[in-house]
Amino acid sequence: MGNKLAQDFEKIVGKENVFSSEVDRHSYSYDSAVLKSVVPALAVKPTSVEQVGEIVATAYTKGLPITVRGSGTNLSGGTVPDSEDSIVLLTQGLNKIVEINTEDLYAIVEAGVVTANFAREVSAKNLFYPPDPGSQAISTLGGNIAENAGGLRGLKYGVTKDYVMGLEFFDKDGGLVKTGSRTVKCVSGFNLAGLMVASEGTLGVIGRATLKLVPPPKASKAMMAIFKSIDDAASAVAGIIASHILPCTLEIMDSKTINLVEDSENIGLPRDAEAILLIEVDGHPAQVADDAEVVEKQLRKNNATSIVVAKNEAEKTKLWEGRRKALPALARFRPTIVLEDATVPRSKIPDMVRTVNDIAKKYNLFIGTFGHAGDGNLHPSILCDKRDTQEFARVEAAIDELFNRTIEMGGTLSGEHGIGTAKSKWLEKETSKATILFTQNMRKAIDPKGLFNRKKIVSL
Amino acid sequence: MSNVLKLAHALKKLDDKIVKCMRCGTCQSVCPVFAESLAEGDVTRGKLALLANLSQKILTDAQGVRNRLERCLLCGSCQSACPSGVSILEIFMEARALCTEYLGLNPIKKIIFQQLLCRPKLFSFLMLFTPLSKLVMSSDKNAQNTVCSPLIKLAMGERHIPAMPSKTFTQKYGVINIKAKDSKPTVLFFPGCMGDKVYVSTTEACLKIFKHHGVGVEIPTNMSCCGIPALASGDVKSFKTMLKQNVEILKNKNFDYIVTACASCTETIKDFWREHSAEMDCKNDVAKISEKAIDINDFLVNILKVDLTPHTQSSKKTKITYHDSCHLKKSLGIWKEPRALLNANGNYELVEMKDADRCCGCGGSFTLTHYDLSKKIGNKKQQNIQNSNAEVVAMGCPACMMQVSNSLALAGNSISVKHVAEIYAETLPNN
Repeated sequence: MGNKLAQDFEKIVGKENVFSSEVDRHSYSYDSAVLKSVVPALAVKPTSVEQVGEIVATAYTKGLPITVRGSGTNLSGGTVPDSEDSIVLLTQGLNKIVEINTEDLYAIVEAGVVTANFAREVSAKNLFYPPDPGSQAISTLGGNIAENAGGLRGLKYGVTKDYVMGLEFFDKDGGLVKTGSRTVKCVSGFNLAGLMVASEGTLGVIGRATLKLVPPPKASKAMMAIFKSIDDAASAVAGIIASHILPCTLEIMDSKTINLVEDSENIGLPRDAEAILLIEVDGHPAQVADDAEVVEKQLRKNNATSIVVAKNEAEKTKLWEGRRKALPALARFRPTIVLEDATVPRSKIPDMVRTVNDIAKKYNLFIGTFGHAGDGNLHPSILCDKRDTQEFARVEAAIDELFNRTIEMGGTLSGEHGIGTAKSKWLEKETSKATILFTQNMRKAIDPKGLFNRKKIVSL
Repeated sequence: MSNVLKLAHALKKLDDKIVKCMRCGTCQSVCPVFAESLAEGDVTRGKLALLANLSQKILTDAQGVRNRLERCLLCGSCQSACPSGVSILEIFMEARALCTEYLGLNPIKKIIFQQLLCRPKLFSFLMLFTPLSKLVMSSDKNAQNTVCSPLIKLAMGERHIPAMPSKTFTQKYGVINIKAKDSKPTVLFFPGCMGDKVYVSTTEACLKIFKHHGVGVEIPTNMSCCGIPALASGDVKSFKTMLKQNVEILKNKNFDYIVTACASCTETIKDFWREHSAEMDCKNDVAKISEKAIDINDFLVNILKVDLTPHTQSSKKTKITYHDSCHLKKSLGIWKEPRALLNANGNYELVEMKDADRCCGCGGSFTLTHYDLSKKIGNKKQQNIQNSNAEVVAMGCPACMMQVSNSLALAGNSISVKHVAEIYAETLPNN
């Protein structure tokens, strides 16, 4: 079918933007999730937003499953094609920042703009786009919206959904659906933009987005606190929040992560610490000074064995070094890293860390944990070798138990990585049978042939 | 077993290295080739996935995988940025070697590596005829001192190459052998193909510097190419021939350091010679030579510890910008030293360009085989140089000098291209 199929799309985007060779198709068969690859029939790269509608209409008429792919950094398999007759719609060619409006504080972007590039352009205009997912140097804004990506600043500034003012997306017939507005308030019709956020490519294809911008904080202060006990660290987190301080970042690293970072970087982190907290407060300079004082008081009150406050930008960079190296240090320890994002109410963080350690022991696995303590979004990272089938079976069993325990603690399967195919089977347990049916029915109404990322979230 | 199956089988030995890739895609944010094409198959994550699939025989188009592998500058940006610490350059070099072993070598490369670079005497002899090239080449009369000709266009696309000197360094000076003064070290200077045959002025500058500081220096004639062009194309056999020829000349010489003004030559002598001689008879000789290899910037600043205070202070300073060559910064970790040497010349003011350490797009023979891509990447470098408002751009690698000269010449810029050693040598008295 290869050539005939390719020709239909070549008419829309040109020969150079249709990828049908074996090698090219294999290049779009995976993403960042540790899952089995699926080689699609074709990949198509539109160079204008208008072409997206034509591609979707053509594919839908032909009954071809569609998976949309930005940079392919998804950690739950959202950009892995559903089947071998799938087409992959590549959005990286749609990388224009249409407008950054400094008067009304919004920006209009195409779906394939890389997050960090956008944040940099916004910052150059002295404005701020806060969502900062770990993959921001690579990920696209369209992908961030489709997954409702989070990041380190979630606690104070929220996540991607809090910045989506409006969307233009294409439905199954290639029709352009417009929702939301450049205005702060807008109740003209359903909040379809809200529905599209975290829809993981199951309802339509995002072409453009209107994103909210905010004034940047004028000052910030970072500090690091070391704890002998994880409970003390968690109490400190609770104490900070209870004092009505919302740090822009409040990160935690457990002892395994601390030791791995120290093994590879040798930057003087205390190997006997059970947890390190990294905290940054931002805002008006006077407010920052007050907040930092309260934070320090809470850290001391909760038995921090040492507190380091960065005095300048250079010291701040140094302070953050350990946290920046957490993922690399974990990733280098074993061939495979399974990065989870089970999230619990922040009061349950000590329970969660203990649970993770119990599970590691029970299944004889190495799990290092770091993450966003302020919002209860931890990243237990299972270090293993996916080629070792026995070990990987234990990994799967451990994940199963981890999710079950997370749900029991009143938490959620995914704080920011999405459900995709990786976590689909636990979704009913977290929600309800009716939730699954409602989701399926809604999807069937919008996508009767079940072609939009069919197996994702709730399989059709 | 077919050659493709043999290749697939042989690639299995890379599995332990490839499996470390966690497919995070960070390479997308730094790869110069990906920035032009936005194709996953052009970025490291994609290439590693293709190699893995080929070795597991779930993909059969070996030549297609090889074509993707060759769309790489080996600039090492991805390796420097890789959170998982994947040994990307090792994987790519080994994979290229296996592709060459089982799928053969491009016939033009075969002639260049096996018939020319492996025969240094013939190469030097042919250089005697370069003055004749003036008959067909016309000077661009530009700051980069390049030439062009319809003949080049026919062979290598529209391109401006450096004007060839009337004599190579060795033809002009013969063997150099100068004794060290006092307790100064003795160096063996390895001019490299470009330093001997194209950028004679760079080698002359190095010689002037050594003489001024009383450093003993020997420059033998008939050295072979360091071998990097062959190795990067997977022609390990030719690489080893060149390695052996060089070691034959070098093994009986007495020197404290082997210095080059070419980052790629240094990296090759220092690391690739040693790694590839592990199973050769000359292993021990190579080990002794490799450990003495050092880049000229590194040597001047960290070994010789030359005075870096600018002694002349011009009232009207010439703006100079610096390009970090990939092998110099990313492989050898040398980036402060060349800047210190430029700052030592009071007639210049160093202004940084945007993305100074982004690859110039040369990538050795990449620029010959993928000229369109190379030109696009070079164009980005040219824009950054131009936007720095510098009148001179300095760097520490002759291959970069050639590429940057072409990019500037194509854009019609009046910015001259110099080796750092030339700028530093200007501060020393002529004698």
